[in-house]
Amino acid sequence: MKQEIATVVEHHNFQGEYRILRLAAPEIGPVVKPGQFLHLLIPQLGDRVLRRPFSIYKADTEGVSILYKPVGRGTDSMRPLHVGDTVDIIGPLGNGYPELTEGKFPVLVAGGYGNAALYLKAKELPAKGVAFFGGRTAEDILCVDEFKELGWEVRPTTNDGSLGIKGLVTTDFDPWMAEQDIQSLELFVCGPGPMLKAMGERAIEHDFTAWLSMDENMACGVGACLTCVIKRKITDGWEWARCCTDGPVFESREILWNE
Amino acid sequence: MSKPNLEVKIGSMVMKNPVTVASGTFGYGPEYADLVDLNRLGAITVKGICPDETIGNPTPRTFETRGGMLNAIGLPGPGAQGFIDKYIPFLSQYDVPVIVNIWGKSMEDYGTVVEMLDAEDTVSAYEINLSCPNVKEAGSAFGTDTDSFSRVIELVRGKTKKPIIPKLAPNVSDIGAFAKAAEEAGADAISIMNSYPAMAINIETLKPELANRTGGLSGPPIKPIAIKLVWDAFKATTLPIIGMGGIYEPEDAIEFMIAGATSVAVGTANFTDPSTVDRVIAGIEHYLVEKEHRSAFDIVGTVKT
Repeated sequence: MKQEIATVVEHHNFQGEYRILRLAAPEIGPVVKPGQFLHLLIPQLGDRVLRRPFSIYKADTEGVSILYKPVGRGTDSMRPLHVGDTVDIIGPLGNGYPELTEGKFPVLVAGGYGNAALYLKAKELPAKGVAFFGGRTAEDILCVDEFKELGWEVRPTTNDGSLGIKGLVTTDFDPWMAEQDIQSLELFVCGPGPMLKAMGERAIEHDFTAWLSMDENMACGVGACLTCVIKRKITDGWEWARCCTDGPVFESREILWNE
Repeated sequence: MSKPNLEVKIGSMVMKNPVTVASGTFGYGPEYADLVDLNRLGAITVKGICPDETIGNPTPRTFETRGGMLNAIGLPGPGAQGFIDKYIPFLSQYDVPVIVNIWGKSMEDYGTVVEMLDAEDTVSAYEINLSCPNVKEAGSAFGTDTDSFSRVIELVRGKTKKPIIPKLAPNVSDIGAFAKAAEEAGADAISIMNSYPAMAINIETLKPELANRTGGLSGPPIKPIAIKLVWDAFKATTLPIIGMGGIYEPEDAIEFMIAGATSVAVGTANFTDPSTVDRVIAGIEHYLVEKEHRSAFDIVGTVKT
């Protein structure tokens, strides 16, 4: 974990409303593991004091990039960032996705730009598998060609049917799953809460492994403030686990979902 | 000109510079060890410890507000034995005093936690949390009534020779009375202030933003409140004061010292920028040089009124 003043080297529209921000970060870039995140101090955020966490999309020896969509005060305030501006980042943070278990078949499942958090994993995995990407419309399904270039079979689903199958990720996943050697599947999942829960429930019911990247509001990002805690099952009940440092990636069986 | 002496004393505890961190904003130390040189700090103040392991409040526990944040974490923690097992080996590697913030669900707990911790050489001092706005038992009951406030301090005084530092609630009508009561009960210093009781409501759901409904406001919005409380307390007691509340820049810390604080704590700013403590220490030194002071203590309470 390092704090680095990173220079913006690229910042523009990526697809639809989604934007890409690439930062020169020679300290953080080389040590990123798939599924980790950055804590970014948005320079134009005015009188707001907290950093904002972003999944790392790409990383190399020179820097990192993130994909985001302006959806709130923080991400809206990132628009004026120009090439050459500097951004204070802390990272890489979190545990990231574990190694694929030997003999398992890798499956990526993402909702919206959650697949940005899976790109490095897709690149790293020795065996290529199937990637299920869900979104509201075709515009919300990102990076299809990039995952295909890495050798993945990409299966999009959209709520309006504008790309791939019409429905939710599970509309496509469930019949596909039924035809597989289910217990050999190992899922790497990133997306909205209901989707994480849906995949987690399937993992438990059908006895396969699902690594879920949990998304909670954060303050410190380093494990000190205990804002981003979720309930983690233990032998005799549950304990709080910090998404920032104990996670964000948890196996489906670890999570005690809120009612 | 020779370098000014940054050293300050809180009772028998020597801090190499006046800057520590506010309890609850820095974990127990290891959380920030990659980002902050812990040996650079005047002292590390760890998150609140009570005798037993505690789980704290439900989520959401924090909420960002204009210029600051609300928190109602509710003092989750490993308990005294858990703290000793899990964090003392780590903290003992550093050449920096450790202030353990202590709290209790009952008055007896304050004595028990000190009994459990006092043999640890790594524990340099106790900050007595008498003002957490988010835990009923540890909150207003002891912190807003001078009689029970004094009784807790006397109880802790009877259990340890290490410096004890009651942390005062900001929401009292006369902070000077608490400062005096702390002095009479045998405290070595006081810390001012805890976060200010506050609330935010979501206008769509009509629900409070925090699961605990209310929380404590921290960050720059509370700084002028804290400055006044420190100034009021400084006039009422000769005890050293650890001042805190919205310190983001060296100038904020210097202002606290001029108001009467011997030491200062950086809190919410650790979340925004973990390099704040380092910057504040450097900035205090720079100011002392610029104003031709020989020691940090020279500026304490120098406000002209």
